[in-house]
Amino acid sequence: MDGAQGTLLTLEGIEKSFPGVKALDGVSLRVEAGRVMALVGENGAGKSTLMKVLTGIYKADAGSIVFLGKPGIFKGPRESQKAGISIIHQELNLLPELSIAENIFLGREPVGAFGRILWSELYEKADALLRKLGVNRPARTRVGELGIGEQQMVEIAKALSFESRVIIMDEPTDTLTDTETRALFAVIDELRHAGHGIVYISHRLKEIFEICDDVTVLRDGKFIGERRVTDIDEDTLIEMMVGRKLEEQYPRVHVGAGNVSLEVHDLVAPGLNGVSLAVREGEILGISGLMGAGRTELMKAIFCGYGIRSGGVAMFGEPLRISSPGEALQAGIAYISEDRKADGLILGLSVKENMTLSALKRISNAAGHIRTPDEHTAVDGFINAFNIRTPSREQSVGNLSGGNQQKVAIAKGLMSQPKVLILDEPTRGVDVGAKKEIYHLINQFKQEGMSIILVSSEMPEVLGMSDRILVMHQGRISGEFSAAEADQEKLMACAIGRTRKEAQA
Amino acid sequence: MSSTKSASHAEEGVSLKQRLIQQKTLIALVVMIIVVSLLNPNFFTTGNLLNILRQTAVNAIIAVGMTFVILTAGIDLSVGSVLALCGAIGASLIAAELPIVLAVGAALGSGILLGAASGVIISKGKVQAFIATLVSMTMVRGLTLVYTDGRPISTGFTDTADAFSYIGTGYLLGIPVPIWIMAVVFAAAWYVLKHTRLGRYVYALGGNEAATRLSGINVDRIKITVYAIAGFLSALAGLVVTSRLSSAQPTAGAGYELDAIAAVVLGGTSLMGGKGTIMGTLLGALIIGFLNNALNLLDVSSYYQMIAKALVILLAVLVDTKSK
Repeated sequence: MDGAQGTLLTLEGIEKSFPGVKALDGVSLRVEAGRVMALVGENGAGKSTLMKVLTGIYKADAGSIVFLGKPGIFKGPRESQKAGISIIHQELNLLPELSIAENIFLGREPVGAFGRILWSELYEKADALLRKLGVNRPARTRVGELGIGEQQMVEIAKALSFESRVIIMDEPTDTLTDTETRALFAVIDELRHAGHGIVYISHRLKEIFEICDDVTVLRDGKFIGERRVTDIDEDTLIEMMVGRKLEEQYPRVHVGAGNVSLEVHDLVAPGLNGVSLAVREGEILGISGLMGAGRTELMKAIFCGYGIRSGGVAMFGEPLRISSPGEALQAGIAYISEDRKADGLILGLSVKENMTLSALKRISNAAGHIRTPDEHTAVDGFINAFNIRTPSREQSVGNLSGGNQQKVAIAKGLMSQPKVLILDEPTRGVDVGAKKEIYHLINQFKQEGMSIILVSSEMPEVLGMSDRILVMHQGRISGEFSAAEADQEKLMACAIGRTRKEAQA
Repeated sequence: MSSTKSASHAEEGVSLKQRLIQQKTLIALVVMIIVVSLLNPNFFTTGNLLNILRQTAVNAIIAVGMTFVILTAGIDLSVGSVLALCGAIGASLIAAELPIVLAVGAALGSGILLGAASGVIISKGKVQAFIATLVSMTMVRGLTLVYTDGRPISTGFTDTADAFSYIGTGYLLGIPVPIWIMAVVFAAAWYVLKHTRLGRYVYALGGNEAATRLSGINVDRIKITVYAIAGFLSALAGLVVTSRLSSAQPTAGAGYELDAIAAVVLGGTSLMGGKGTIMGTLLGALIIGFLNNALNLLDVSSYYQMIAKALVILLAVLVDTKSK
């Protein structure tokens, strides 16, 4: 393994199916020593599935993996890491209460007789790695005290400590500030010169042209192509990624907006520093912003009423005092959670039981007896209207695909007959076909005069669907745009804290 | 499309095996009855079978309450203590020659209040169910000892006491009254879990508490309700025991929580909540009852009986884990 040239890792013809979805269909990826390979594609294109196949979390149905000239079939991330492939996830896997050194060498601490940890050696090794990466922190520092950018450096140090030849970075700059991003790029450059092969997963096209040498594009689980970055421009890349025009993907309908339904006045709660907004009947209000900007906090404050310190919420001009989700539903507000597995659905229960959970009062008598025929009529109606693919209404929701689960979650919200529907990341983990169906449903609700608040991290989704867009930054609204004037750059500028004026300049 | 196809195909393919696994508790019970009948001719007689059912009734009634609690991913260790205190309250009121309806009502009401108290500690105080009911188990046992002064309370030799003894010793249409009570309790519990809002909420809460809360359901109220149900049924079991013996023992019901939990688990209900059926619990309670009786008839010493019981429960749980 001498020199900084040659192919380190080749994946070829990888196929992987899940019940109902072909997640990967003949995907290839090549990682060369001393080069940075960008891996791009829309959400659901198969990037993370491919990485999970590579690190042994999933077993490929077909295809080959060759790492350093040998078949690279790993039983799990531990094995692939040992072999020399490290992956740095968007959500970092660090223990905040331990020191940098302890985190880097977790489970591999240098030990002496009787398993005593050799602390001085541990810190020395860790300090050496940190120096290499230009991190000005002693290895004894608790990881919890570090910023996100520095924590990422700790992950990279960990990868180096495994002498990884291939380092995969999954959306590394999403949560970084500009300075931190600069520092990261400097480190990537050094790793490149040291002969490491790097896979850089990102949806930020500008960064790809700045830091990467080659780019591999995936779409809907298929391999679209591999190009040298110098051979293509941004438009070509977008065309490869999307494969269609944006307008086609986000069908827009025009509805004359009605009265103001939900109004929020100067709301202050944990993570929210005074937020005001209003949404009209027949309007889709998009809420954009980075992770941690307070979007979900805002929705949960409206829906659950937790921790509201000042400010208020009103529906059709009537002030509301909401202290639990039950009261919000009563008032005509439904919330579809961003995390269906954690708090959106009950995976062990059936499609039917999930769908009617919020609306059982309407289909049962005063004594609590559920009228079975009414329940079946209501559930079957939504299964048909939403085209939910399930063997029966008694099927466990956990057995459905992500898209169908999401449709069940939306149906559950609609069963309560809301006036205002809050959708938090409605297409996360949903495949492309189901995505489009969900967009059509949202438009249909809009035509029926419902007010829709669409919270999403995917800017194209917000831009394509919304009539009006609010951007959040650090618990405040940092910008408001009409659909016509908004574009990705303006939203991003507001999302990282510039004011609207600066954004337009 | 393709998902529908594969799922329905899978359903057909494993249906027989799946059915057998689902009914394994029933199969185990039937096999046990056949084997013991062959070994001892006295086993499969109407008299002995009714005897077994009557002996099972107390544990089975408690196990119904335990099923509600465990379905919400909770646990109730206080059922034995509640049984003792409510039995003592009933006995003392019968001894004081209060009308039976009042005495029974007071005992059952106390059970509801004691259970609800545990529920309030768990839901409002955010204390883990295991700890909260460990506290109430100890506390209520202490209250029982204080209330009875550590001595049994006899229901006395009055007409009221005679009438009261009907609950534990009487017959209706040739079948012991405790069996009737057990049957009514199971039928009611089956109805509630299968056909009412409360039943749906119980499964939802056990399946995913956060999602249930976000669905607009008052989770605290559901928790308090299930512990109140467990308290009510423990009190009912306490009345059966007290009536049968015509006296309330201050140490009655000690260890009953474990038999009830065993019955629920044998019946296939998950301790993680959200999954299980009331009929499973009935079968679980019957297995424990039949096993006790069979080991007695086969002259197994009571020391070995405990070991045998433990092994059966272990086996059942292992089969359950494997089949998942």
